[in-house]
Amino acid sequence: MRRLVYLLPAGLFLLLALYFALALRPGYDPHVLPSALIDKEAPAFELTALTGTGTLSRNGLLGQPVVINFFASWCAPCRIEHPVLMRLARQEKIPLYGIAYKDKPEDSARFLSQFGDPYRAIGVDRDGRTGLDFGAYGVPETYVLDANGRVRKRFVGPLSVESVERELLPLLRKLAGS
Amino acid sequence: MIAELGHFALILALFIALVQSTIPMIGAARGNTAWMGVGRSCALTGLLLVGLSMAALVYAYVTSDFSLLNVYQNSHSDKPLLYKLTGAWSNHEGSMLLWVFTLAVCAAAVALFSGNLPPVLQARVLAVQGMIGSGFLLFILFTSNPFARNFPVPLNGRGLNPVLQDPGLAFHPPFLYLGYVGFSVAFAFAVAALIEGKVDAAWARWVRPWTLASWCALTIGIAMGSWWAYYTLGWGGWWFWDPVENASFMPWLLGTALIHSSIVVEKRDTLKAWTVLLAILTFSLSLVGTFLVRSGVLTSVHAFATDPARGMFILLLLIVAIGGSLVLFAIRAPALRGGGLFAPLSREGSLVLNNLLLSCGCATVFLGTLYPLFLDAVGGPKLSVGFPFFNATFTPLMVPLVIAVGVGPMLAWKRGDLWGALQRLWVAYITTGLVILTMLTITQGGPILAILGLGLSTWLFTAVLIELAERIRLFRIPLGQSLRRTIQLPRSAYGMTLAHLGLAVSVAGFAASAFDQEAIEVLRPGGSMPLAGYTIQLERVERRSGANFTADEAVIRVTDRGNFVAELRPQRKFFPVQQQTTADTAIRTNFLADLYVALGDADGAGNWTIRAYWKPLVPWIWIGAVIMAFGGVVSLSDRRWRIGIAQRARPALAQQAVGD
Repeated sequence: MRRLVYLLPAGLFLLLALYFALALRPGYDPHVLPSALIDKEAPAFELTALTGTGTLSRNGLLGQPVVINFFASWCAPCRIEHPVLMRLARQEKIPLYGIAYKDKPEDSARFLSQFGDPYRAIGVDRDGRTGLDFGAYGVPETYVLDANGRVRKRFVGPLSVESVERELLPLLRKLAGS
Repeated sequence: MIAELGHFALILALFIALVQSTIPMIGAARGNTAWMGVGRSCALTGLLLVGLSMAALVYAYVTSDFSLLNVYQNSHSDKPLLYKLTGAWSNHEGSMLLWVFTLAVCAAAVALFSGNLPPVLQARVLAVQGMIGSGFLLFILFTSNPFARNFPVPLNGRGLNPVLQDPGLAFHPPFLYLGYVGFSVAFAFAVAALIEGKVDAAWARWVRPWTLASWCALTIGIAMGSWWAYYTLGWGGWWFWDPVENASFMPWLLGTALIHSSIVVEKRDTLKAWTVLLAILTFSLSLVGTFLVRSGVLTSVHAFATDPARGMFILLLLIVAIGGSLVLFAIRAPALRGGGLFAPLSREGSLVLNNLLLSCGCATVFLGTLYPLFLDAVGGPKLSVGFPFFNATFTPLMVPLVIAVGVGPMLAWKRGDLWGALQRLWVAYITTGLVILTMLTITQGGPILAILGLGLSTWLFTAVLIELAERIRLFRIPLGQSLRRTIQLPRSAYGMTLAHLGLAVSVAGFAASAFDQEAIEVLRPGGSMPLAGYTIQLERVERRSGANFTADEAVIRVTDRGNFVAELRPQRKFFPVQQQTTADTAIRTNFLADLYVALGDADGAGNWTIRAYWKPLVPWIWIGAVIMAFGGVVSLSDRRWRIGIAQRARPALAQQAVGD
């Protein structure tokens, strides 16, 4: 029995190593995590808008391809990602919508007033329910929805200039063309 | 040519390391002194070779030799010399080389400064270090060669990420690695002790200085990283709970536990298996941290260019090093019987509590860091981590710890008198109460948790001073005698006092961040805005240029009711090579509060966004960390370690004389 206690650390480490091995399996890239929702309808949501009185809902976004970005003021990578979003919104004029994930509305508002607001509209996901429905790991995450409201692509972690040039923009062009 | 020399030196170092990891080990098992002695010469030669290799890489950076792929990808001829130098380790390959170099320095230090170690133990320690070195040298040579050539030779390099071109960050990695890798010495000692099946007071006495030194370096390294984040990221935050930060914080937490538990082994000959386990785990977490950062398993702000092959290789290293040592632990540790018994309420008991809380804290950080990975593997629900998670789990564990740090040192070994200690701390209750009441009045019931945090800091600060006063029997014996006691007090006692005071200072800094004030406005030159009683006036914005950037520099006048306080010059730098903009904040500190100003975007019509913060006590966070590290250094200078050397060196010399 006493021996077993001493085996515990080794046993726990073995489990950990297994997890690591799983995470390293070929084809697994944490930056392009597959979403269970790819090519399926995005989960329905209806969120209070951060500014004004309206709401942000899935049905309200139908009719054109859109980009939905989950962010939070407490999230450091979001701050890193932010300039990329600003460029997307200002130069590329893409329809970018934000969902403030598990964040106090006043904090989100302050974050945006500080760094600029790239979003056409922002929904407040105070309890993280919508994020859960989307299967978001955390923030930032970005989803591309087509005109019919189907999820076409998921980006986990901050968007980079590269991933935008290589994947996001071509996909949007393709969706807009079809 | 120089680069090839560096490469060959690295290959030679690998062979030396392989010899170092086998011959002394066999020698120790067979009692062959000559074979055991090989360890020392290998460690010294290894340092020479890895040092050569490191020098070759630095040389390539200084001379901007773009025929090296690594230099081309991370440097540029216009870069200031300092960043050419530090650019050598601001990338994956170079930083791994620095890692191995630090390891070689540690091994050489063990070889040089442990003449008092029993030769068998020294041989085994060096052999274990040789194994770690071999693993990482293999890793560098097979997956991350910094000396890979690049043809045709490009005219200029891609440049270093401008965010990394900063003095704070230039020296952050060496300190951090000194900390990480320094724990390898404790690890090697632990493994050697397990092989030998003997852990005693002498063992703890040898391990402690190494642990303490690495802990000091790691403390400074982490503080530098946090300070860098504070002044460069431009929004005044100083800790992000980012996976990479956590990777450095976890070994720090366990290392702190190890420093404390090894005292128990040294003084009371108990908690042996636990201390050995801590020594193994502390270094293991350094390795796991390396794995997490380099393998791309987790996404992070700081992530290096990642590659699954590298991840697999490091995972194998982890399995051999951590798995191997833990299995050894499972086999040998049950035989390590503790000697001294103690009551739960005693110095030992309080140190056990310290260890318990620190390890739980470390476990929390570990879980928080790996949450996404774990949940993905079991297909569970996705949860968010970040500030909400850590504030809810980590902080509640640290509050009792800080309270206990005030009481623990007042308890006697074996059986302590908690009630008596609590009575002797009466001054601390008064100061704590006073601070809390004063703050409540000033802020009119403001952020209550922050105020309690300040109370916590006051409690610890006063309790530590009371403990010092007790030691020198202040006011109980004549002042002159107290003074003599003050001088005679061992340095390690002062080390502890300083480290604990430093913690109190840092805690005040953490808590006070709730009182931050900020002002963000779009200002036209000449315009002004109020902040915390000051007036922030934008005078003008000037265009400047540096070696590899152009910058907009705002000239900002801070006044207090018309009286000039400071002129601040925050910048926005534009780096044409990388097409990247960074913000240089301007900070004016009076050590009680920081005025922090960052220059935001221009709106094209001559207006500029100015962000200004008033951050009370924020410098104390780093001042506290420096005091903690200084406490460690003072403790390191204690005579205890040197006397140990002298006592053991003498018989050894005597034997040698007989042998001659």
